[in-house]
Amino acid sequence: MLCVEKLSKSFGGVAAVSDVSFSVAKGTIHAVIGPNGAGKTTLFNLITGLLAPSSGSIRLRGEEVAGLPPESLARRGVARTFQNLQVSMNLSAIENVMVGAHLRLNSSLLAAMARRPSLVARDRAARAEAADLLAFVGCGAYLDADARAMPYGALKRLEIARALAAAPELLFLDEPAAGLNHTETGEVERLIGEIGRRGVTVVLVEHDMRLVMNVSQHIVVLDYGKKLADGAPEEVRRNPEVIAAYLGAADGGG
Amino acid sequence: MASPSLPRALSSRAPALAFAAALALLPLFLPNAYYFDVAIRIAVNATLAIALNLLIGYAGQISLGHAAFFGLGAYGSAILTGAFGWPPIAALVVSAAAVGALAYLVGRAILRLEGHYLAMATLGLGVVASIALGNEVALTGGPDGMAVPDFSVLGWRLAGETSWYWAFAALLIAAIVLAGNLVDSPAGRALRALHGSQTAARALGVDASGFKTRVFVLSAVVAAFVGSLYGHYEGFVTPGLAAFPKSVQLVTMVVVGGMASIWGSVLGAALLSLAPELLARFEGYETIGYGAILVATMIFLPRGIAPSLAERFGRKAG
Amino acid sequence: MEAGGLTAGRASGGRAAIPGSALFRRDGSRVVSQFLQLIFAGVTVGATYALAALGFSIIYNASGVINFAQGEFIMLGGMIAAFLSAAGAPLPLALVGAVAATALIGLIVAKIAIAPARDADVTTLVIITIGVSMVLRGGVETTLGKGGRTLPPFSGDKPIAFAGAAVLPQSLWALATTLVVVAALALFFARTRLGKGILATAHNRLAAELVGVDTRRVLSTSFVLSAGLGALGGVLIAPIANASYDAGIMLGLKGFVAAAIGGLGSGVGAVAGGLALGLMESLTAGYLSSAYKDAVAIVVVLVILLVRPSGLFGATSGGGR
Repeated sequence: MLCVEKLSKSFGGVAAVSDVSFSVAKGTIHAVIGPNGAGKTTLFNLITGLLAPSSGSIRLRGEEVAGLPPESLARRGVARTFQNLQVSMNLSAIENVMVGAHLRLNSSLLAAMARRPSLVARDRAARAEAADLLAFVGCGAYLDADARAMPYGALKRLEIARALAAAPELLFLDEPAAGLNHTETGEVERLIGEIGRRGVTVVLVEHDMRLVMNVSQHIVVLDYGKKLADGAPEEVRRNPEVIAAYLGAADGGG
Repeated sequence: MASPSLPRALSSRAPALAFAAALALLPLFLPNAYYFDVAIRIAVNATLAIALNLLIGYAGQISLGHAAFFGLGAYGSAILTGAFGWPPIAALVVSAAAVGALAYLVGRAILRLEGHYLAMATLGLGVVASIALGNEVALTGGPDGMAVPDFSVLGWRLAGETSWYWAFAALLIAAIVLAGNLVDSPAGRALRALHGSQTAARALGVDASGFKTRVFVLSAVVAAFVGSLYGHYEGFVTPGLAAFPKSVQLVTMVVVGGMASIWGSVLGAALLSLAPELLARFEGYETIGYGAILVATMIFLPRGIAPSLAERFGRKAG
Repeated sequence: MEAGGLTAGRASGGRAAIPGSALFRRDGSRVVSQFLQLIFAGVTVGATYALAALGFSIIYNASGVINFAQGEFIMLGGMIAAFLSAAGAPLPLALVGAVAATALIGLIVAKIAIAPARDADVTTLVIITIGVSMVLRGGVETTLGKGGRTLPPFSGDKPIAFAGAAVLPQSLWALATTLVVVAALALFFARTRLGKGILATAHNRLAAELVGVDTRRVLSTSFVLSAGLGALGGVLIAPIANASYDAGIMLGLKGFVAAAIGGLGSGVGAVAGGLALGLMESLTAGYLSSAYKDAVAIVVVLVILLVRPSGLFGATSGGGR
């Protein structure tokens, strides 16, 4: 599904991501972990088109996509959530989710103004789908609420619903459990599992190790922009270098 | 948002229908041509404000030069009908199309700018347009402007305040309905999402620059269309139609009435078109008045009057 | 303000009125002297633009706000000085009074209009400064009328002959004052606590607040400074070009253009941009068409914004989309 090869990104003299290679098989749940500053979000931004790589290749289903803008990747079935919450606060919850379905709806201005029946019908269907998705992620109570009025935890799940509205084949979750309490994290864990069961390939960045260990089938570990380890959760957990990287981080050296 | 039990189309149209009825009844209460003229001005400004609001309030793109499109539309029709003897309808269509094409070229270039830079770029372009209109004396009659023939369709002349009132009122209703349709559609949501978080919208496949350009062109074409008709109504066009003060007046109406609020634009246009009439005694204080209103509204009611009122009474101002 | 128009008039006709030009008889020298004339005119008006651009940069640095009312500060300088002078004040007093009054107005603007909305989004701030500009413009319109006003030149208007060109003494004043101001500002930002505080706020407001910089004072100071600078530019140029209540729009636009050319936020860039713009305008008016000289500024800024938004001396940001 996704194949990253020798991917690198430097900002000025600083190498945020350095020669990273890994692949993600279709239908699996993959996690990318590492101490703070390891380059995980940069990696995400590279793969999802928000940043252009300095060098390396990114192949999606065999097609080279490195350097393409986010819109192109969306058209190729890639969706994501954001670590720092990129919710359109000027829309309601359900409208936010409906935007996720953008590529599957008629976005012509003229057709919209003329209120073409086909557009209206499909929009109504999209609204119903969005309502279902909101219920699926546990935000059913916030259907018509302004995004501004929603609590942080609900907004995080809103982003997931929005990403799912795009019916993606590859879903990137950037710290979906950040800032969530124990119960909410459990919810997210359940969600991710359910999403994976529906056939969506999931790649997530997370700091919560329990969630990562419970939900992932495969883990990639980054440190200082380089790949440290790559394998099943059990292997990675026992890998001495990984342990050292995290312990070193805990000592304040990260 | 409407309760699911009512057909949504009907309930969201109800205010528009009521407003249309009000506009239809209004002539009964207007004593003479002067009042019709004021009503026409409000309708013109309201239509312009709605078009501009789509750009500023919904899509989040500042334009401080929008009057340029209004003025160019007016002059386009004036020149084609006056100097070249074209039939007014043809001139109207061609003028609007030409302005649309210009807006497309300009928009593609400048809409990737953000915030202050975009504001300055639109300001500058507006100024260039009004300079050009004032300078090309041979074509445009220079700073004194030029006369515009009557608007006629197949021999029937549209003349007189009453007839023009119906024309502009119909135009305003159309603008309200069409804009309302646009806002509550995939395109409308995409635009608003762009305003809320461009990053997320792009990641969902929204073609940011494409949308911004399309809205820019749409609001330019509407402004040009209204401008053409306005030129015929007044019988005269001057470079002032495209100038910075007019652009600022339009922005003020949008901002004070309520950004991302169609009814807000109507309200803003009404208030600010009536204000000079009401303040006629304090002649010369318009500029200060406008400026003070702008500043006060932005500080105390940053989202404009209509959205703030709606929040107070618990409904969306749409 | 028609500074360029004045130049075009002198350059194209009335050669006998330019002292010293009769000294040169060969054709090529006329071209040179005309060129020099335009250079001096351009640099003179460029000095005002440079001061305006500095004003833009200072406020932008201190608060991220582009002050659409900057042009009005320039206009106020010229108008107030003209008013005081016409009321009988001796010239130096009129000049100082105008700059001081405008600086005070800048302070009031900062306190009443900008400070309450400091954290608002860009659109809101843009519209507030536009509103402020309208209040200032309308204020002048109602108190001082719509007519243009003149200010006597600082040391007479007898042109000085220089290599065949006629240089107005006012031009020398403009140049000299700008140089002194720039030097003083450089010292202010590098040596004084307040100046360094402003720079720190520009880099990172939160960090600056955490180390004890009073960011409110920074905001007020930046407005006072910029208003004063603008007014200074206004009084320098007023003797050459008439001042009127609506001169602020174009001046503000051009000041912004100058700042954008040099790179918003860069002091060196502001000066370079101002002079560059002044020269471009003057040369356009002299050689092409004085009617479209105002358009030059706008075309230039559009090109800059599209090609190199960070300007000549600004820092470019890299990497992202």
